[in-house]
Amino acid sequence: MNTPRIPSRRGLLIGGAAVAAGGLAAACTGNTPEEASKPAAAINGGDNDKPGTKVTIGFSAPAADHGWIAAITKNAQDVAKNYSDVTLRAVEPTNDINQQISAVESLIAAKVNVLVLLPNDGAQLNQVARKAMDAGIPVVNLDRVFPDKLSYRTWIGGDNYGMGVAAGHYVGEKLKQKNVSNPVIVEIQGIATLPLTQDRSKGFADALATYDFKVTAKQDAKFTVESGNQVAANLLQAHKKIDALWNHDDDQGVGVLAAIKQANRKEFFMVGGAGSANAMREIQGSGVLEATVTYSPTMAGSAIRIARLIAQDKGMADLVEQRAPQSLTLASETVTKDNVATYLPLGFES
Amino acid sequence: MTFTLTKKKADPPERARRGPGEIRHLGLLGALGLLVVVGLVTQPGEFATGGNISGILTLAATIGVITVGMTFVIIGGGIDLSVGALMALASVWATTLATQSYGPVVMVLCAVLVGTGAGVVNGLLIAYGRLVPFIATLAMLVAARGLGQRISERKTQLIRPENNAIESLATTRVLGLPLVVYLFAAVAAAGWVLLNRTTFGRRTFAVGGNPEAARLAGIDVRRHTLALYALSGFCCGIAALIIMARTTTGSATHGDLYELDAIAAVIIGGTLLTGGRGTVVGSILGVLVFTIITNLFVLNGLQTTDQLIAKGVIIVVAVLLQRRGLRTPT
Repeated sequence: MNTPRIPSRRGLLIGGAAVAAGGLAAACTGNTPEEASKPAAAINGGDNDKPGTKVTIGFSAPAADHGWIAAITKNAQDVAKNYSDVTLRAVEPTNDINQQISAVESLIAAKVNVLVLLPNDGAQLNQVARKAMDAGIPVVNLDRVFPDKLSYRTWIGGDNYGMGVAAGHYVGEKLKQKNVSNPVIVEIQGIATLPLTQDRSKGFADALATYDFKVTAKQDAKFTVESGNQVAANLLQAHKKIDALWNHDDDQGVGVLAAIKQANRKEFFMVGGAGSANAMREIQGSGVLEATVTYSPTMAGSAIRIARLIAQDKGMADLVEQRAPQSLTLASETVTKDNVATYLPLGFES
Repeated sequence: MTFTLTKKKADPPERARRGPGEIRHLGLLGALGLLVVVGLVTQPGEFATGGNISGILTLAATIGVITVGMTFVIIGGGIDLSVGALMALASVWATTLATQSYGPVVMVLCAVLVGTGAGVVNGLLIAYGRLVPFIATLAMLVAARGLGQRISERKTQLIRPENNAIESLATTRVLGLPLVVYLFAAVAAAGWVLLNRTTFGRRTFAVGGNPEAARLAGIDVRRHTLALYALSGFCCGIAALIIMARTTTGSATHGDLYELDAIAAVIIGGTLLTGGRGTVVGSILGVLVFTIITNLFVLNGLQTTDQLIAKGVIIVVAVLLQRRGLRTPT
């Protein structure tokens, strides 16, 4: 009764197709970029850059779910590599508060000389930063601030309000030059519930007010390409003629630009935010994106330099004081076609 | 498509199979009509323009295609929580530098194959591995997002200029509508035919209504279940193509929470979450209701917070209305 099992023609066909699909799929996951990594920022710190006491810097940041955060870790590593006296101990990035606390605890236990911390949440990581300071390890607090000043030696970060101001001034001046009265100014925010988004919007509105302009419409996206695309598509429908558009974030800006292109709209100019390499390449071209205001992840590189100076008991070369400052707020810079060439190497890939 | 109430009473089997499906649309069409009136009253100059209607249909295309697949899965008695993640994974896989080097045709094939392949895995786990659909597709959701992040190294992958053919799906317009809208229409029409005019469709109702009876009637329930999840994955692959065209990118962040939007659209469209009953038309109407709400909120300059509340209220009201239409709460 047993007939030998001959594979059916259909079986062979499906099997063959599955194998082919698998082969194709496997061939398609390669993602090696063509270009090598960008040249790291040049060293220009004067005497301070000469090798000094050996320093071990502990580093902890959130996991990279966004181009900007990915660039933070990369910038820190690139700068650390340039110093022969620096050993960087970067712990596994995580978005889990508990894990970040234990990661920082492990760095304290390893007795690193100085810590650079970008907390997932300043308030929730405050205790462990304080613990490090109490154990005699200076903490350089990167961007998201700890509420307790005893928890860090130096804070360095960007200026969200200033970012809005920079965008507002670019838009305001440009529209004043063009002599536009009652301009339609549209704003696409990031996640609306975040204080940083509210600061950006406030700065934008305040700067526009100095030109007697105000924001006509604003909508929030979620920092993702897709959300930027959807919000922009609807906003373009709502406003048939726009004079200027500010989009808070260059990562979501990719989606915004695609929506503008697909709606075939060219009557306005757009300003971006953060300073991604992609946005800068757009600025070099002749599309609607004319400028972007930076909130640059290069701050992580600066944080590593400051941490090294603190550990080596040195001051900053251009300041009179003998020790590094307690707080550094980085200015939001406006990147336009005129200066984009100098900024492009610092832009991050989103 | 007739709304003969008298016949419905006289002929219970007919009612069970077709009647309620059509009755359910009444509430939804009412809601849709109400939204259109609101649009016409609040933004008379903007809402009913060709550009805005084209915009609404374009925005509905991605989630709409996914919803067609979801309708089949839910009618078949299952659920697919992995749809948003599968779309993201397919978009990432199709836009890697390696895939892009083969040109747009391979990118399209890759997106569809990855979506379908992941759907087959879902189907195998559920039909042959006897995992609960909720668990199996939840696991797929998490894993597919992870794989997408891994492949893309958590970056947004831009479509390279030489593969602009993909983007032209969103930019090329025929009769004022971009090609992606026709793609959406084609998937919806194919879904309607498959559900209402083929053996496959009748088997889907049978498997979802009573799997044991379906088995006794000679249907290979497991193979059919596998096919349903593969179909849902296939739709995710098509949706990935649309989102790639729309945003010119592939990203692991695409399709965030789409599973909930798709399920909500299917439910307000009158498909029973327990399976056995439902329509493609209802699901499409459900998608349009949600898309138009978003559109109305932006046209009127309102913030997204209230939009979420409105969506929640609509889901509850729509389901309550359907119960009244049915008169036999299930």
